[in-house]
Amino acid sequence: MKKTYKIDVDCANCANKMENAAKNTAGVKDAAVNFMMLKMIVEFEDGADPKEVMQRVLKSCKKVESDCEIFL
Amino acid sequence: MNRKQKKNLIRIIAASVLMVAFIFVPVSGIWRLLLFLVPYLIVGYDILLKAVRGIINLQPFDECFLMAVATIGAIIVGLVGDGDYVESDAVMLFYQIGEWFQSYAVGRSRKNISELMDIRPDHANVEKDGATEETDPDEVAIGSVIVVRPGERIPIDGVIIEGESALNTAALTGESLPRDVMTGDEVISGCVNMTGVLRIRTTKEFGDSTVSRILDLVENASSRKSRSENFISKFARYYTPIVVFSAVALAVIPPLMIMLFGGAARWGVWIYRALTFLVISCPCALVISIPLSFFAGIGGASREGVLVKGSNCLEALSKTRTVVFDKTGTLTKGVFEVVAVHPDKVDENTLLHLAAHVERYSSHPIAISLRAAYPDEADGCEITDVKEKAGHGVTAMVNGDAVAVGNTAMMKAAGAVVEKCPHDHAGTVIHIARNGEYLGHIEISDVVKPTAAQAIVQLRRSGVKKTVMLTGDSEAAARKAASELDIDEVYSGLLPEDKVNKVEELLKAQGSRELTAFVGDGINDAPVLTRADIGIAMGALGSDAAIEAADIVLMDDDPMKISKAIRIAGKCMSIVKENIWLSIGVKAVCLILGALGFANMWTAIFADVGVMMIAVLNSIRALFVRKL
Repeated sequence: MKKTYKIDVDCANCANKMENAAKNTAGVKDAAVNFMMLKMIVEFEDGADPKEVMQRVLKSCKKVESDCEIFL
Repeated sequence: MNRKQKKNLIRIIAASVLMVAFIFVPVSGIWRLLLFLVPYLIVGYDILLKAVRGIINLQPFDECFLMAVATIGAIIVGLVGDGDYVESDAVMLFYQIGEWFQSYAVGRSRKNISELMDIRPDHANVEKDGATEETDPDEVAIGSVIVVRPGERIPIDGVIIEGESALNTAALTGESLPRDVMTGDEVISGCVNMTGVLRIRTTKEFGDSTVSRILDLVENASSRKSRSENFISKFARYYTPIVVFSAVALAVIPPLMIMLFGGAARWGVWIYRALTFLVISCPCALVISIPLSFFAGIGGASREGVLVKGSNCLEALSKTRTVVFDKTGTLTKGVFEVVAVHPDKVDENTLLHLAAHVERYSSHPIAISLRAAYPDEADGCEITDVKEKAGHGVTAMVNGDAVAVGNTAMMKAAGAVVEKCPHDHAGTVIHIARNGEYLGHIEISDVVKPTAAQAIVQLRRSGVKKTVMLTGDSEAAARKAASELDIDEVYSGLLPEDKVNKVEELLKAQGSRELTAFVGDGINDAPVLTRADIGIAMGALGSDAAIEAADIVLMDDDPMKISKAIRIAGKCMSIVKENIWLSIGVKAVCLILGALGFANMWTAIFADVGVMMIAVLNSIRALFVRKL
């Protein structure tokens, strides 16, 4: 299952960091951050609960880039 | 400017004014430090906070941390040394100016490009019990009747049930000529209604309508990353740590070595050089300018009616050296037209006249083309007793004469003797006989698009080395079209699966850094579109399968757009390369100069912010592709 979320982040490098953080979150199969459109596209693993996974994604993103936001 | 940008701009201005003013304040020692700490903290407090948070989260190698270390280091150097605090303030200030500029530039281009693709309709006028009601397009059910007034955008795909008008399709196809439509015509969303009120019965939901599909495609395009982008993100991941460790090494090793050989270590000098390193360690210019270039390139292309599915497709397109065409619908119109009339006993007009009359009621493509060639068909002539004989032709009584129109077998049945024609016919030949007497024949053929020959010339000019045409048609028809268009290789009589095999052969034969593109009209060539390095679907706005299978979708069916797409890709890629070389080159030079002591922190920050600005401005150039 794929879902797209609106994000807010200031720099392209930070967006890359968010992408890596999201990719390494449990329950996420793959993730891509589109800095130009300010979007995060997350592909969830089968059976994962997007809501719960996204909380974890947000947390790990905040860890690598404190000044970011994901609009869930 | 958004609120954050405004606030940061005020901080930058306040800090620069204070800093310049404080240079002329005659205090020294600790008071001078305290004075200069004011602008430093005004402009840099958020950087310092972020640096601390980075350390807490065990993510030390971010640019905030580096800037914090570099500037605090500079303050300490000033404290123990010459009492110069302007440098640390200035470095922080320039860094923030760079960040601000970057955020502003990206925000602007984001806005520009979204405006460019602003074809999203905000409402639909749904007809209900004789009155119209403004509704969210998302909530309009299939089969509803919507009213589109002049000046409004058609919100949902549908069929006109009342009214006629001219449509402006420029936003979809880049084509500026308006299209005339009338009752019964299918219309696609995104076009602007120009002259008359239209009542349209919707045939799709908003989400499946052309306009939504295009927006979806363009907005997600930059998520499919190119090799250059992947290279940059990898580079950025290693670059910063490497520079940081080199900085540490630069601060420690040379003084130790000098001490070892009995010289004066001069720790201050080496630490200062190391701090200069840190200032250059941020990979911002690269990291921002590459995706920005692709984004601008894709945006510019879509304004020209070329939809690119991802940065990787743009990159691949720029390396295209072989272009394979499907003939029908791509280079030719895919519609039969009368190309030659060779009468034997009567004049041309009479021959067409008779043929068109006999075919009056037929819906066969040949009949349609014959009627199109004789537009005044509906005259007073009396046509009776029309008989269609499958695989042969049609007979009818026209003003009392028995007229037969069809192939040679038909002529035989009508008792007419076919005269041998001195001309060579590549197309389909239709014979006409009246009362058993042979009157002549008409050649019908698929005609090449008016811009096709020019398109091939342009392709060569854009660096394409080989053009190939694949077709299911007969060899004669294929050869004729190929020689007309000056195409290098032709393969005729192919079934759809043969086309896949042919493309695979061509893929094997190409050079290692060369790619092959396949251009088709999306009708039963989806497998080939997928198989080629780059699949280009043409005039495919209606075909879901083609949009799904292709990498690049041309919104109208003009073959000139192919070379244009290649040139857009080429321009975008050269900008990307310029930016990569410029940014890495300037950084490398600064690192070397810094290590040798020729560059101070000022030079470093100027180089860093300057290169970033140049790279960003250069990226935006990718948006301007109209004149290519």
